[in-house]
Amino acid sequence: MRYLPLNSDDRKAMLKTIGVSSVDELYADVPARARIEGLVDLPRRASEMEVERTLGRMAAKNMAAGQVPFFVGAGAYKHHVPATVDHLIQRSEFLTSYTPYQPEISQGTLQYLFEFQTQVALLTGMEVANASMYDGSTGCGEAVLMAERVTRRSKAILSGGLHPQYRAVVDNLSRFGGSGVIALPSAITDREDIAAHIDDETACVVVQTPNVFGEVIDLAPIAEAAHAKGALLIAVVTEVVSLGALKSPGEMGADIVVAEGQSLGVGLNFGGPYVGLFATREKFLRQMPGRLCGETVDAHGRRGFVLTLSTREQHIRREKATSNICTNSGLCCLAFTIHLSLLGEEGFRRLAALNHHNACLLADALGGVRGVEVLNRSFFNEFTIRTPRPGAEVIAALADRGILGGVPVSRLRPSEKAMHDQIIVAATEVNTDADRAAYKAALSEVLA
Amino acid sequence: MMNREGRPTTPAADAAAIGDQIETFTGNRGLEIEEPLLFEIGGREKSGVDIDLPEKPENRLGKMARGGEIGLAGLSEPEAMRHYVRLSRRNYAIDLGVYPLGSCTMKHNPRLNERMARLPGFADIHPLQPESTVQGALELIDTLAHWLKTLTGMPAVAMSPKAGAHGELCGMMAIRAALEARGDKRSIVLVPESAHGTNPATATYLGYTVQPIPARADGTVDPEEVKRHLTPEVAAIMLTNPNTCGLFERDVIAIADAVHAAGAFFYCDGANFNAIVGKARPGDLGVDAMHINLHKTFSTPHGGGGPGAGPVVLSEALAPFAPLPFIVHGKDGFRLVETEQDPDAGQAFGRMTAFHGQMGMYVRALSYMLSHGSDGLRQASEDAVLNANYVRAGLEDLMSLPFGKRPSMHEVLFDDSFLKGTGVTTLDFAKAMIDEGFHPMTVYFPLVVHGAMLIEPTESESRASLDQFVSALRNLVEAAKSGDKSRFTGAPYLTPVGRLDETRAARQPVLRWREPRLHRDAAE
Repeated sequence: MRYLPLNSDDRKAMLKTIGVSSVDELYADVPARARIEGLVDLPRRASEMEVERTLGRMAAKNMAAGQVPFFVGAGAYKHHVPATVDHLIQRSEFLTSYTPYQPEISQGTLQYLFEFQTQVALLTGMEVANASMYDGSTGCGEAVLMAERVTRRSKAILSGGLHPQYRAVVDNLSRFGGSGVIALPSAITDREDIAAHIDDETACVVVQTPNVFGEVIDLAPIAEAAHAKGALLIAVVTEVVSLGALKSPGEMGADIVVAEGQSLGVGLNFGGPYVGLFATREKFLRQMPGRLCGETVDAHGRRGFVLTLSTREQHIRREKATSNICTNSGLCCLAFTIHLSLLGEEGFRRLAALNHHNACLLADALGGVRGVEVLNRSFFNEFTIRTPRPGAEVIAALADRGILGGVPVSRLRPSEKAMHDQIIVAATEVNTDADRAAYKAALSEVLA
Repeated sequence: MMNREGRPTTPAADAAAIGDQIETFTGNRGLEIEEPLLFEIGGREKSGVDIDLPEKPENRLGKMARGGEIGLAGLSEPEAMRHYVRLSRRNYAIDLGVYPLGSCTMKHNPRLNERMARLPGFADIHPLQPESTVQGALELIDTLAHWLKTLTGMPAVAMSPKAGAHGELCGMMAIRAALEARGDKRSIVLVPESAHGTNPATATYLGYTVQPIPARADGTVDPEEVKRHLTPEVAAIMLTNPNTCGLFERDVIAIADAVHAAGAFFYCDGANFNAIVGKARPGDLGVDAMHINLHKTFSTPHGGGGPGAGPVVLSEALAPFAPLPFIVHGKDGFRLVETEQDPDAGQAFGRMTAFHGQMGMYVRALSYMLSHGSDGLRQASEDAVLNANYVRAGLEDLMSLPFGKRPSMHEVLFDDSFLKGTGVTTLDFAKAMIDEGFHPMTVYFPLVVHGAMLIEPTESESRASLDQFVSALRNLVEAAKSGDKSRFTGAPYLTPVGRLDETRAARQPVLRWREPRLHRDAAE
C-alpha cells in the first residue's frame, strides 16, 4: 500500500511495545454493534495508472473552457494564469503546510498573507483586509452579519443586480440568523430605487459592481443615501480584474468590500476552491471575521509576522466569536498574490484594459446579429444580450456547436419569466478574433 | 554527542564558536536568505506578464474609469520566482518532517491527487456551463458522494460546504429546518466543554443558546449528564467523536438514544473521522449529521490554511432538508437541482455558497479513496491509531496522561503536569521542539486540560520517524526536568526569526505594508 510506511513486521513490533495483541484491542471503546469488517460495495485499492484511467475518463466527458470559444462568466471567469503561479503553489513547503500556528517556522505563509492583505486593501481602496474567506459569496454573507454587528440593526437591502446565488447565500444565513433581508427585484439597481428602501432599521445595502448583468454601478450616491440613514454600504465585486479599470469601491464610499478573487491565479475549478476577498475601514477592524496576519518583531528586534487579533475568533471566543470560520483559502491567496505580483500595477491595468476592449468587440459583434440586442449602457468585460429565442435554448444550441456562449438568466432567476430571453456574456483576454467570429456565426445560425 | 545515525549532534566546538561569531554583511547566513516584502523589491512598471495594449482602447465604463494609481508592486518572472521560493523555505511542511498537530491532522498529500485535480476536464470547467457539457464532473461528485455515504453508513450527503466549520453550519441548519418543519422551536444546543471552538460558535450563529456539558474524569461524556440537560428546549447535541482528547466516546449510542428520545438531534463533529474509516460507521452510532473534513481524512492539502471542504452526511430524518444545489439522476444523465423553483427541490433549505462547492478538493479526495480502496482506508485508520498508541507507549512514563493509560484513538493527549517545577511552560516546550527539527504538537487545546499537548502522528509516519520523534521528546523532557531551562525559555534559537512578540502584534496591529513616505506623513 504505497501511502503507508508501516509493514506487517513494524505493526507486530509496535503492538508488542504498546502491550496489546491486536489493533482491534485499541478500538475497544467502539461499540461492537457499530464495527464493520469490510465495505463490500466499494472497490479495493487501485494503482496510480488505474486511478489515472478512471478519473481521466470522467474528465474527458467534460467540455473544458480552453478547448472551445468560451464566454461564460456570471461570477467565475476564464483568465490566463502564468505557468509560474502553478509551479510555485505546488512547492511542498507551501502546499503541505498547515495554518501558521507556529510563526517562527511559518514565515513563508505569513509573509505572503501580509502581502495578500496589502494587495487587497490597495485594490479595493480600503484600509484593512483579512487573509481571505472561502469565496466571494460566503464573504458576502459574512459582510452582512458584520454590518449588523457594527450598526446593531438587523435588516439588509440587496440590490437587484446582486448575483442571485450570492443573494441566496445571504438569504439563507439571514433566515437562520434571525435577521431580515429585503431583496430588490432585478430591475432595481439604481440609486433612487435603492435609496427609497433604506430606513432607520437598515444595517446595510449590498450592491454589486459591475452587477450580475455586467452593468457598472456608481456606488457614490448609494453610499451617500445609506450613510444618511446610518447604514453601511457593502460593495460586491465578482470580477476582480475590473478593479484595474474602474474606480475602487473605497473611493466611492463603500464601508465593506467583498470580492471573488478567482480571476487571479485560481482557475475555474467548476466552482471551487475560490478565494474570497474581504476589506473594510480600520474602525471596523475588530468586527471583521476571519484570519488576520500582522507584523511584529522577534526577540532580536527583527521583523516577523504572526496571526493576530485572534480574540475575535472561534478558537478563543467560542460562542462569542465574530464568526465560526476557522480556515481561509491560504493556497488560493498565494496563487492570487503571485499572479498579481507578476502583473504588477502596469500589467494589471493592461489586463483590465484588454478585457474591456475584447468585451467591446464582442458586444459589437453580437449586437450585429439580427434580432440580438445588447442591453447594457456600460459594462466592463461582461454584458447581457436579449435574443428572440429563450436564452437556455440558445445556449444549448451553441454548446451543440462547440461554443460555450454564456449563462442564460433563466438558470439564475427561474422565476423571472420576463428575463428568460436574456443571456449574460463574458469576454476576457483569452478570447481571440476567431473565437468572436465563431460565436457570431454560430449565433446567427441558431437564431436564423 | 552522536545521533543514532552516527553523526555528531553538535558542530565541533571551534566551528560552532566561529559560526556563532560571524556577522555577515547581508544578514543572510548561507542558504538562509532574508527576503524583503514584495512591495520593497517590486516596481510600478515591472511586470512578469506580457500584455499588449489595444491600439485604440475602448471606454464603455460610464464615468467610472479609475483615475490615480492603485499602488501595486510588480516583479519580473525571475524575481517572482526567487521571492516566493525564498519565502517557501521559511515554512515547515509535512513533506519536510513530522507534523503532529493533533486535531488538525497533517498526513501525506499524494501528488497523484494534484495531477488529477489539474486535468482540464476538472480544473478548467465553469460552474454555469450547460449540464450536458459537464456530465463527467457531475459523475465525479456523485461518485464521491457514494463513497462518503457508504463509509459513514448515512443515506444522504450535502456536498457544497466549503470547510469543516461551514459543514457544521450546514448540518445545524438542516437540524433547525427539520425542527421548524414540525413546528418545533427549540433554543438550546448541548456542547461538551472539550469541543472545537467552531461548535459553540456555529450554534450561537444560528441563534441557539449553548449549554456546556462537562466531561467525566475519564475524558468522555457521561450519558447521565446529557440526560440531566435534555429538556424539551434542547434542539441538538454537538459531539466530537473520536473526541478532542483522543478518546472514543464509548457511550455514544446511549447518548444518541437519549437525545432522540428527547426529540432532539445528534450532530457529530467529524473532524476525527480519520480514526475509524472502514472500522465503524457513524450512521450505526445514531448520528443525524456529521461533516467530513476532506483534508483531514482524505488527504487534500491544507496549503497554509486552506482551502478546506466540508461535505455533511445526513440521516433519513434530515435528508429532505439538504441545501441546494444537489445532483439527481435524470433521464439524460446527471442533473443539478439549483433553485427552490426546481420541482425536485423538495424541502431544501437554501444555499451555502454560490456554485457547487470545492470541486478541486473532491477530485483529490476521490483520487485518494480510489488509490487506497476500501481495504486501504481501513488499514490507514488502523495505522493512524497504532502510531498514536506507539507514541503514547513511548512517552507515558515521562509525560503525563490526564486520563490514564487508556487506548488513544488517532491522537494522544498529554498535559503539562510533567513540567511542574521546571520553570518551562508548554509553549517553551513546543518551541524547543522546533530547534530539534519537529513541528510542535497542538498546544493549549483542548481547553479542558491544563497545558494540553495533543499529538497526532497519522498513518503517514514510519516507525523510524516515530522512534526519532519519541527519542527527541524524551531528551527534551529530561532536559527540562534536569534544570536546563535556557534551552526552552528563549527557544526557538535556530529558526529564521526568533520567538515573535504576539502581544505587540495584537496591541498595535500592523496589517498591511504602507509606503514609508506615507507613513512619515501620517506620523507628522
